[in-house]
Amino acid sequence: MADAPEGGGLSIKPMDQFEIKALFGGSDIGLFTITNATLWMFLAVVAIVLLFVVGTRGRAIVPSRIQSVGEVFYGFVYNMVVDVAGKDAVKFFPYIMTLFCFIFFANFLGLLPMSFTTTSHIAVTAVLAIAVFLTVTIIGFVKNGAGFLSLFWVSSAPLALRPILAVIELISYFVRPVSHSIRLAGNMMAGHAVLKVFAGFAAASILITPVSILAVAAIYGLEVLVSAIQAYVFTILTCVYLKDALHPHH
Amino acid sequence: MEGDIAQMGQFIGAGLAAIGSGAAAIGVGHVAGNFLAGALRNPSAAGGQTATLFIGIAFAEALGIFAFLVALLLMFAV
Repeated sequence: MADAPEGGGLSIKPMDQFEIKALFGGSDIGLFTITNATLWMFLAVVAIVLLFVVGTRGRAIVPSRIQSVGEVFYGFVYNMVVDVAGKDAVKFFPYIMTLFCFIFFANFLGLLPMSFTTTSHIAVTAVLAIAVFLTVTIIGFVKNGAGFLSLFWVSSAPLALRPILAVIELISYFVRPVSHSIRLAGNMMAGHAVLKVFAGFAAASILITPVSILAVAAIYGLEVLVSAIQAYVFTILTCVYLKDALHPHH
Repeated sequence: MEGDIAQMGQFIGAGLAAIGSGAAAIGVGHVAGNFLAGALRNPSAAGGQTATLFIGIAFAEALGIFAFLVALLLMFAV
């Protein structure tokens, strides 16, 4: 991208916030370098542990405030798994709960000022999505054997159309991890870039500053909503894929 | 690629890719509007379909995100 002109004019660099920096030592990043991405992923895990391990330590029958938050999370994801993927998918509930909590907390920690959104990086979301894709494919073949391939053979369609539909279904099956990961990363990245752009407008002129601050506040509210919805969407799509793997027959 | 013409092409291409976001907005609005129209006809059945609503929105939105990705690739990766 072209550099903004030196002095004068707006110099908004909305993508600078996504830069990965090494925290200790030099600036070169190797495989095991502790970067800001590592730090914020670790903080997400710490937040989850605080909520679910420390927060529910009391195991009270009448829950404390923090325990009831944990119970809301648990019940929400449990109902989602049962409603979308069916009762026999409950044994994969821990995995789906882990995914939801990690993405939810990573998204929300990324909303803190000066923080770093780990889920805005395709490298992070792609690992999550590929893990889901491989898990679901392996489960499908283990549960149904070659019968899993009937997922691509739409038996409700006319016979002449079925080979064409099979090709389309096959392509859409392999695009799943791509769209699954890019949806999350793209939403988080776009939202934060928009926040930065509007914040940059505030410096342009004293007249624009109040408008810009109001706009940033409004978009921040939207981003809170998007963070929760994208965690929900990622998880519910995982449930849909899981349902396809457990019951591949159309 | 180097040169002013190539850079101009990048910017024009990224701007054109942004049209895709508008197309995704039409799709998402269509899904949500039709859901609301159906939900107001039969409010008792609407509660059980919110998951379907979000799945539909997610699929419609994914293609808009692809357009955004094309714009990003043109700006930063090409």
